[in-house]
Amino acid sequence: MSFEKELEKGQFCIPECMVCKKLVWPPSEFCDKCNGETSLKKEEFDGKIIEFSRQNEEYFCMVEFCDSIRIMAKMTTCPKKDQTVKISKCGIDKNNYFFHVI
Amino acid sequence: MSKVGIVAYGTMPFSKEDHKIETILHKSTNNLFQKNPNIDKKEIDAVLVSTNNNSKYLSPILSEMAGIQPKIAHSIESLCNSGTNSIVSAFSYISSGLADMVLVSGAERYDSPGQILEWDNSRGEFKHPIFWASIFSKSYKEEYGISDEELAIVSVKNHKQAKENPNALSKKTYTVEDVMNSKKLTDDLKLLNCSRPCTGSASILLASEEIVKKYTNSPIWITGIGQKTTSAGFTKNTSLSSMESTKLAGKSALEMANHNISEIDVAEVHDAFSVCEPMILESLGFTKPGEGMDMIKKLNETNNFMINPRGGLIGSGHPLGATGISQTIEIAQQLQNTAENRQTDNPKTGLVHNMSAAATSSTVLVLEK
Repeated sequence: MSFEKELEKGQFCIPECMVCKKLVWPPSEFCDKCNGETSLKKEEFDGKIIEFSRQNEEYFCMVEFCDSIRIMAKMTTCPKKDQTVKISKCGIDKNNYFFHVI
Repeated sequence: MSKVGIVAYGTMPFSKEDHKIETILHKSTNNLFQKNPNIDKKEIDAVLVSTNNNSKYLSPILSEMAGIQPKIAHSIESLCNSGTNSIVSAFSYISSGLADMVLVSGAERYDSPGQILEWDNSRGEFKHPIFWASIFSKSYKEEYGISDEELAIVSVKNHKQAKENPNALSKKTYTVEDVMNSKKLTDDLKLLNCSRPCTGSASILLASEEIVKKYTNSPIWITGIGQKTTSAGFTKNTSLSSMESTKLAGKSALEMANHNISEIDVAEVHDAFSVCEPMILESLGFTKPGEGMDMIKKLNETNNFMINPRGGLIGSGHPLGATGISQTIEIAQQLQNTAENRQTDNPKTGLVHNMSAAATSSTVLVLEK
């Protein structure tokens, strides 16, 4: 999937339906609402911290983008709920996605 | 719809032992037939195997080992609620008339691949269940002003109850201080807040009304079934302090059984982690939102085994494919008044709650005498 090709390059994209414009998550070639094909939106998205906890010295957070798309991301400084963050690093390591936010 | 009831069941002790999945499956099935030698295996139309194990063709293998030649034989996998989903499938075969008697056997090894949902890449590098449990715990504690010490009572209660269950993995009791001082996994989760994967199996034989009455004088009927899947991915959960799939599955099951939650006398609920138990009690309607811990504290103080009498997942252990079947067997035993030291006060109606993958999918059964 092209989403993963972009992610491997460190670019976080969000699939958008070319027909109904719905943002589709998890990433898919097809829209889960109208079944249309998706294309990738590439920009620097603002995320919002929904919830977080900490393991050792690293925080893991649920981050929401565009009011609908949620991922789990790592953060090195102490997050606050509703804090606005951006993706600082992302990719695929051993078949697993990873996301870091600041 | 024709009635479906429980004819017999078999179990084995849950452990950390290293056995082949086929061996484990056969153990509880054999226990079932040893305890019920009058069962004619030729009457078994279907054999369903509940597991997350990657071994193939397990149902025909179990059938051959147990001396059964069923019409229908296949496996069912749905992570942690594979067991009750298999029971629902058996119910459907019987109520539709495709089968009259169905053997459902669930088994798992301690190293089950079902512990991690690899597909869920929205979780990033945080795919282990301790991360969703930590997020649930943090959110629930903040929403309702619950402390870590209060959540620890779930583990204290369920280990205490598991001590009366000869098949339980846990053989110890713990204090709140023990839970608080156990290994810190994250800021919001200690080791003793967690159920443990283990090796185990459980088998149950379901049948149509006519056959049930032929084989047992104390039949238990499945009168309500509710299932709901809201998503597969953890991050799609709309609430992090309640369980939407459980609310909907519970409502459906109670409606089908024509009962309300206040009529449930005993229940097994899916306490994969401490925080799950109050969230489930609230989502099923046993209490108002935020009051689940009040109920749990009262049950613990009064030694009332109404919720998770066999010790739940925290006390019994969690062999994924066997868990829902083991929960159902416990409620059947409770309703038959054969649960020995775990027996609650003459229950008439019981409930089983079994869920998967951070409550993205729930199954609820109502059982009656």
